Amino acid sequence: MVPACRLADLPRGEAFRLESDPPVAVFHTDDGELYAIDDTCTHQDASLSDGWLEGCEVECPLHASKFDLRTGSVDAPPARLPVRTHQVLVEDGMVYVMLSDAVPNLPRTCAVARLAGGLV
Amino acid sequence: MKTVAVVGASLAGLSAARSLRGQGYDGRLVIIGEESHRPYDRPPLSKEFLTGAVDEAELALEADGEDLDAEWILGTRAVGLGIRDRSVRLADGRAVRADGVVVATGASARTLPGSDGLAGVHVLRTLDDARALRDDLARGGRLVVVGGGFVGAEVASTAYGMGLEVTLVAAGPTPLSGQLGPDMAAAVSLLHADRGVRLLCGTGVRGVTGKPGEPPTTPWTAARGSGRGRVAAVLLDDGRSIPADIVVVGIGANPCTGWLEGSGVALDNGVRCGADGTTSVPGVVAVGDCAAWYDPALAAHRRVEHWTGARERPAAAAAALLSGGTAPFTPPRPPYFWSDQYGVRIQFSGHAAQADSVTIEDGDPADRSFLAVYRRAGHPVAVLGMDRTKLFTRWRRQLATAAAPVGTA
Repeated sequence: MVPACRLADLPRGEAFRLESDPPVAVFHTDDGELYAIDDTCTHQDASLSDGWLEGCEVECPLHASKFDLRTGSVDAPPARLPVRTHQVLVEDGMVYVMLSDAVPNLPRTCAVARLAGGLV
Repeated sequence: MKTVAVVGASLAGLSAARSLRGQGYDGRLVIIGEESHRPYDRPPLSKEFLTGAVDEAELALEADGEDLDAEWILGTRAVGLGIRDRSVRLADGRAVRADGVVVATGASARTLPGSDGLAGVHVLRTLDDARALRDDLARGGRLVVVGGGFVGAEVASTAYGMGLEVTLVAAGPTPLSGQLGPDMAAAVSLLHADRGVRLLCGTGVRGVTGKPGEPPTTPWTAARGSGRGRVAAVLLDDGRSIPADIVVVGIGANPCTGWLEGSGVALDNGVRCGADGTTSVPGVVAVGDCAAWYDPALAAHRRVEHWTGARERPAAAAAALLSGGTAPFTPPRPPYFWSDQYGVRIQFSGHAAQADSVTIEDGDPADRSFLAVYRRAGHPVAVLGMDRTKLFTRWRRQLATAAAPVGTA
């Protein structure tokens, strides 16, 4: 279980980016629900925590792919692969994320960049 | 409704088919496409596809295992529409009779007169266009890009990254001046100069000159160049001649509506549509680049040639088709587009032409990273971001939720 942020610091309609590897986005919806998904869009390297949150759906800030926060599934292209979802817990006003042990669907451009970064 | 024909198998056509099924239509669905390819994503064609970082399989728009229960007729162009029985006539002589028709035939790239059959001269619209250009760019050399729109700017950026010597010729004061307004377009266009890409602005192009033929190197170029030789230079209006090994012509696109002429469907620089895609003919709707929807914010009909328009608007058109035009609809979001150039993310939403002022709200154009807000009488009408993704999304959302019909004020 990884601590993300204080609930008081994550108002409704906002997102928090957890700098894990790979990073995770925690969303607080307008209805008061908390969801966590991988932060990196599966299409290309973009941060979903910068995206447009509407209901239980986030639109990638770059190429407008949409993901369902509850399931991680793709609601709109160009992305074709789902993002991983992670469990969220709140304890004593602190938001925690239970990271999924599934294999993430990172975009190829991002994976190449990471590899290049690792070789430097 | 027993049969719906979707004419056009790119993003707008696919989105319409998905919307029809998503809204409960369970009748026969026929999707007709001029190209032989299944629906594919076009934005990478001017970027990662040209470098080879993205291959054809990755362009597919359909998800693995997705099944729309549709009949696909690909590689065949629609040549006419009979509105009495709503029959779509195909180039191969067949006809598809339908109760509802979705027109999604897109647009075709404009060409330079006199450049037909000259090897090395390209337009960029289709996958086949992109294959031919990719093969030519891999040879290296001097590239001259004609046109100051997105295709031109993105190809210049990509080719620069591939090591070509690049010149960009734009008729306006800077590239993208029509889309972003002159001041912000100048700020964005600094990206070209930063890299040493030569910009020649404020001049039109008279034509291209060729040199005697060389054997075609690939099936793609062989299919396109028909023995008139290879391009040698681009001739500018001011008399200059710019030597070129490869020329990319990105001077806009014409709506593919010729097949509807005489059908009774009203045309006016595209299919004239209401704010929900309905046309002058009941049972016929139009979406994507070929469709000029009424935009309440502009109080005018306007073709929106952006990816997001082709993705989002078909939902309203499908609802209008299935309901006979009685479905309530919300006006589409303001236009939104993005462009990736030289590793910088450029995003824009709204209507620049409406603005009477532009202010930098964050960052600095000198750093090639800023957010600018366009206003009319103090009200935001458009927003531009360069590497300001998060803030841009906030502004874009605010524009969409606060969209007021300023054009009618």
